[in-house]
Amino acid sequence: MTVRRSHVALHCAAVLLGAGSLLVTFLTGIEDRPVALAFGVLVAVGELTRPQSGPRLREAAPLGAAGSLSYALVGGHAGHPTHHGVTQVVAVVAAVSLLGSVPQLARGQAVLDHLVRRVLAVGFAAVCFQPLHNRGVFDGWSGPAYALLLLALLVLTVLCDAVVAAALAHSRTGWPFAPLLRDELRAVPGIGSAVCATGAVMALAVAVVGLWALPVFSVPLLLTQLSLRRYAAVRATYRQTIASLARATEIAGYTPAGHARRVAALSQAVGRDLGLPEPELTVLEYAALMHDIGQLSLVDPVPAGATAGLPAAQQRRIALLGGAVVRQTGAGAQVAAVVERQADPYPEQPVAARIVRVVNAYEEKVRGSGPGGPLTALEELRLGTGGEYAPEVVEALARVVWNTGAARWGNPRASAPGEPRAGWCRTTGGTV
Amino acid sequence: MEGTPAWARGYAVCVALGALLCTLPSLPGARTPWWAVALLAALYAGGERIARRRFGGTLHPVLLAGAFLLAPAAAALVPLPGALFSHVERRPFLLRRVWRAAHASLAVGAAAQVHAALGGREAVAGSDVPYALLPAGAAVLVFCAALALLNGGMLALAEGLPLWRACRGLFLRSLAPLAVHGLGGLMMAVLWLSPYGPVAALLVLFPMAVSWWVFAQYHRERAAHQATIRALVQAVDIKDGYTRGHSERVGQASVLIGRELGMDESRIDMLRFAGILHDVGKLGVPTRLLRKDGPLTPQERRVIELHPEYGHEITRGISFLGEARSAILHHHERIDGKGYPYGLVGSQIPEPARVVAVADAFDAMTSTRCYSRARPVQAALEELRKCAGAQFDPRMVAALAHAIARDGWHPVVTAEEDRPAVPAQAFDDRSEVRR
Repeated sequence: MTVRRSHVALHCAAVLLGAGSLLVTFLTGIEDRPVALAFGVLVAVGELTRPQSGPRLREAAPLGAAGSLSYALVGGHAGHPTHHGVTQVVAVVAAVSLLGSVPQLARGQAVLDHLVRRVLAVGFAAVCFQPLHNRGVFDGWSGPAYALLLLALLVLTVLCDAVVAAALAHSRTGWPFAPLLRDELRAVPGIGSAVCATGAVMALAVAVVGLWALPVFSVPLLLTQLSLRRYAAVRATYRQTIASLARATEIAGYTPAGHARRVAALSQAVGRDLGLPEPELTVLEYAALMHDIGQLSLVDPVPAGATAGLPAAQQRRIALLGGAVVRQTGAGAQVAAVVERQADPYPEQPVAARIVRVVNAYEEKVRGSGPGGPLTALEELRLGTGGEYAPEVVEALARVVWNTGAARWGNPRASAPGEPRAGWCRTTGGTV
Repeated sequence: MEGTPAWARGYAVCVALGALLCTLPSLPGARTPWWAVALLAALYAGGERIARRRFGGTLHPVLLAGAFLLAPAAAALVPLPGALFSHVERRPFLLRRVWRAAHASLAVGAAAQVHAALGGREAVAGSDVPYALLPAGAAVLVFCAALALLNGGMLALAEGLPLWRACRGLFLRSLAPLAVHGLGGLMMAVLWLSPYGPVAALLVLFPMAVSWWVFAQYHRERAAHQATIRALVQAVDIKDGYTRGHSERVGQASVLIGRELGMDESRIDMLRFAGILHDVGKLGVPTRLLRKDGPLTPQERRVIELHPEYGHEITRGISFLGEARSAILHHHERIDGKGYPYGLVGSQIPEPARVVAVADAFDAMTSTRCYSRARPVQAALEELRKCAGAQFDPRMVAALAHAIARDGWHPVVTAEEDRPAVPAQAFDDRSEVRR
């Protein structure tokens, strides 16, 4: 239960920091009001233009993040030193982020983790910088050295933020921590570096030219944020199209309804259990959705769409036909390769193809079987590990099936892709 | 490529001479800050290599920062090394490199001239920001206009495009991205002269680069999405041999009709998708039936007539299709109510469906299939006119006939990926001298 404990600890720390700072600031009043107001507006704009965070968007609010971090590192304003302390920085950022998240809350999206990350990151940066600055420790530093110091502080902050984000995701979903952390860190050179650089540059520019620097500097990141929004939207429609393509075999009567979606969701869960990184999980998802496309080329459908029981040569032919279609989808050569090689013996397969093969066979075996179906199916897969099914994937599948409440005969409909806590087993004939 | 018109060569040489004249005053100048020129030029040259390959952008912020920091003659030196050693895909290599260097150099020089004339350099040195925006804005306008004019001239000479249209298109396309680059350049210049020095100025490039990167990602994703829509159609092709290219052409004819009726761009996009996907429901029809030679029995015909409903069902999850789905469902309805699946009459049939019905019939008549020879375009239009009012909406038939009478019918045979124009690349090779 350490998982829950870290979750609770992080949330408590953020709440204490935020509430304490608000209280202290309320009692002592606000220093440098114009600066506080300008940064508050900037962070609010950043929050309000935030894309709806999808599973594949690491830093969904670069502008808000950069604005709040740079407020934590502001040491001067148009040539005069500033005197706001840690509590004021945290109070302003927490209050504005909370206000900016209202629309998201109204849409029923989870914003708590986002706020926790924001408050902790800003608190960290401000604690590292403001007390020392207000004591005049950096007064003797030359210009370039000071700029590099700010940058270094921000890099440190972003790295800590990545750890916090991974810990939160780990405790929310129960997925292994290491791959989550790796995915978070992989995003640091991209959007993370832009956030660091913009935060540092804004703090410096405010010190040189005053608050005019903020609107000028926020333009590139605002554009980035709008592009991210469109990217998220087009990504969503892309997934819908792939899913529709996957359903084509179901509508054509080649495969049972919901089969592709269930194989995709379960494959993702197994991939996570095996610690695959985010990009490979995406490839896995698309390949699993389209793994039966090759059947469209068959003049007569395979009975019940069950390919796992066919002779190996025919399985491979269908896989190759499917790969040819997938190559034209723009989903990338990787996805096509997984679809093509799903019927090969497992020592020659990439990991994603092994997962698709095992999960597809499991899905076909469980279909229409009674309450003992999952057990029997897993047993049959274990016996078939002599060359068809990769043993480590079968074990991962067994873990997923039994850890995620196979005992609760969940409605498969409730298991959206990427939703790990749902029953993978179905009662007889429970088609969607 | 080899056939570069002599005029275009002469023009490139003239522009190069102009650039030389523009940079000459900096050479004897003891007051030229050579280290700043060298640093900016190196930054531009290095960044250009990375940026072109990774983000498809170009480092205009660096050029503009040079224009805001340096005297015009010195600023005109900044783009030279980067452009002279840039990667060129097509012949004539030397001439292309010289052209790139020369026109960029002239444009930067002109921008710096305007900036200095409006007192911008003092404003930058004094970090006088609200005022500094004015000369910087003027300089960006001049930079953009100079690039558009020089490139437009080259397009006019090399490709015979009308000069005014080429210039206007280039100017309008690149103004917005250049304005953003100008803001970045201004901040670079201000920080460069601040106590924090060039180190802080370099940090400005990070957010710029990331915004390009995200932009490029978005376009990649969009292209992938378009390809997926086509894959849905190609899946139909796999089952049904004779439809190759049919869906694409129906999309094209639907767009022609929509344009002729004066619909707005978003509706025309919707029509394109409706046309491309109208037969996607054939995925639900048994392959054996689709490939059957010889006449179909009434029962088999009924099964095939289910395809609009299958198509409607397959595309149920694709939210952006919107109205296009109604066209997929109703493209076999007839105006007189004798069509299927619902037998709707006249204006009960959704407009996109009436468009796609005409486009579909037109392409079916003008392309060769195993059971019928292709008819000439005029004969097909005549046939459509005969059926207008009974099977087809006369408005749509008239629109198609009108569009084809004006521009002719040039069917696409293969699915050609339409490349979205990336504004940040307004001046890359594609819009540069194409010879």
